[in-house]
Amino acid sequence: MRFAMFMIPNVSDENWGPTPEMAELVAAMTRYNQELERAGVLLTLDGLHPPAEAARVSFSGGATSVTDGPFAEAKEVVGGYWIIQVGSRAEAVEWARRCPAADGDVIEVRQIQEMEDFSPEIQRAVAEVGRQPGA
Amino acid sequence: MQTVSDVVAAAGRIESPRLIAAISRIVRDVGVAEELVQDALLAALEQWPASGIPDRPGAWLQAAARHRAVDYVRRRGALEAKQYQLVREYEADRERGDVERQAIDDERLGDDLLELVFVCCHPVLPRPTRVALTLRMIGALTTAEIASAFLVPEATVAQRIVRGKKALAGADVRFELPAGEELDSRVPAVLEVIYLIFNEGYSASAGEAWTRPALCEDALRLVRMVAARSEGVAEVHGLAGLLELQASRLAARLDGDGEPVLLEDQDRMRWNRLLIRRGLTALDAASRARGAQPPGAYELQAQIAACHAIARDAAETDWVRIAALYAALAARAPSPVVELNRAVAVGRAFGPAAGLELVDAIRDEPALATYHLLPSVRADLLSKLGRREEAKAELLRAAELTANQAARHLLQARLG
Repeated sequence: MRFAMFMIPNVSDENWGPTPEMAELVAAMTRYNQELERAGVLLTLDGLHPPAEAARVSFSGGATSVTDGPFAEAKEVVGGYWIIQVGSRAEAVEWARRCPAADGDVIEVRQIQEMEDFSPEIQRAVAEVGRQPGA
Repeated sequence: MQTVSDVVAAAGRIESPRLIAAISRIVRDVGVAEELVQDALLAALEQWPASGIPDRPGAWLQAAARHRAVDYVRRRGALEAKQYQLVREYEADRERGDVERQAIDDERLGDDLLELVFVCCHPVLPRPTRVALTLRMIGALTTAEIASAFLVPEATVAQRIVRGKKALAGADVRFELPAGEELDSRVPAVLEVIYLIFNEGYSASAGEAWTRPALCEDALRLVRMVAARSEGVAEVHGLAGLLELQASRLAARLDGDGEPVLLEDQDRMRWNRLLIRRGLTALDAASRARGAQPPGAYELQAQIAACHAIARDAAETDWVRIAALYAALAARAPSPVVELNRAVAVGRAFGPAAGLELVDAIRDEPALATYHLLPSVRADLLSKLGRREEAKAELLRAAELTANQAARHLLQARLG
């Protein structure tokens, strides 16, 4: 089973990390990442640039519109993610609990969908596209 | 909502391998260490419903297991100097109070996991016992889970584990990392165990299911654990690469109705790009580790898997390179099965007649007498050569030989 762990950091755009003062936290986080790797559960991880630099593409009535960040209404934004492979949801949650996160941070643990989670109709529809030439 | 037993099981799966390793250092017996860690897990199951789940379940388990280990060696008396030191450390922690919070922090706990892997795959143990012990101690699977993964009775697995622990205690197996030449000679047994586990998941040898992905995931976890601790050992990375690349195709090996799909018919969009990338990265690590030495058998197989992984479609597969890699593999680790695979590659690269020639050379190999892929490959080559009747007879033979029902359905479908 694969899970994504989304880090929702308790920081504003201005303090989007890692700032130089965060060296200690970064070291702790690096040890945590190593621990995930040495336990054989880490598939990949990434940190994201701040939402101030983001763009949002919205779809409405067949048209698209693009909004540049920062987004005033957004409070909880993803700062980075891990993808891990573990035996159960509880194990994924237990790994998230071990993260040396800062006060107010939130980690959202989400299971990744596998093809076998879909109905046979959906699986066949996907397979159909896969068989088309040029796919 | 997570129950206490979910949390205990999860924390146990994360903690128990390195806890067993750490406790083994104190009690000098892997079997005893495993039982003490089990005891600590049972204590958690009993106490947590009343006390609440601790803030750091892992640290709680560490402290509980260490406490039991110290009790155990004290009762036995006659401590060796090193054991005495470990007991003293524990007592010093306890005097400072708050054993749980200090527990055995990660640095103190050390990293004896690799030693434990070598013990579980020790040459004094029969192969099925190595598999069972590795899954139990490093994979943290229950006896019931191991039994159902290998479709053997639970009592059989339980017996293997008990006998294995006794054999290790009886042979006075040292709990330390083999070094130098001994390391080189013992790495293959470790890799073989992981490979066996993966293969049992990847092409189930018996039963209804074509694959058992959970077992593949267990093997991947094991190889990643070992690889993360074995930078300089090329074949560890070779095997890691092989398993990541094989696993990248798992989702594409079954169609929507649960029927197996052969490699060339697979929808390559369903191959897992992340695992392919990890496989290729592991191959780089293998090549860095061995320097100017020729690649080992696992790395060669990984390179073959990589040829498939990077081909945009079946028609673009570099069969000439694959045939050359199989020739290198046949020279390095000769076996009738490798020869059969080489025949397939040669057939693709240089035409069915060339492939058939190689297959016919190994037709009477006793090792392949009951191997369903031999007649299956011959059938394919014969039919490409237009020899339909002979091809049909070979397909029938293949169907008779396979014990795996899903594979049999596939062969029967080809018979039409």
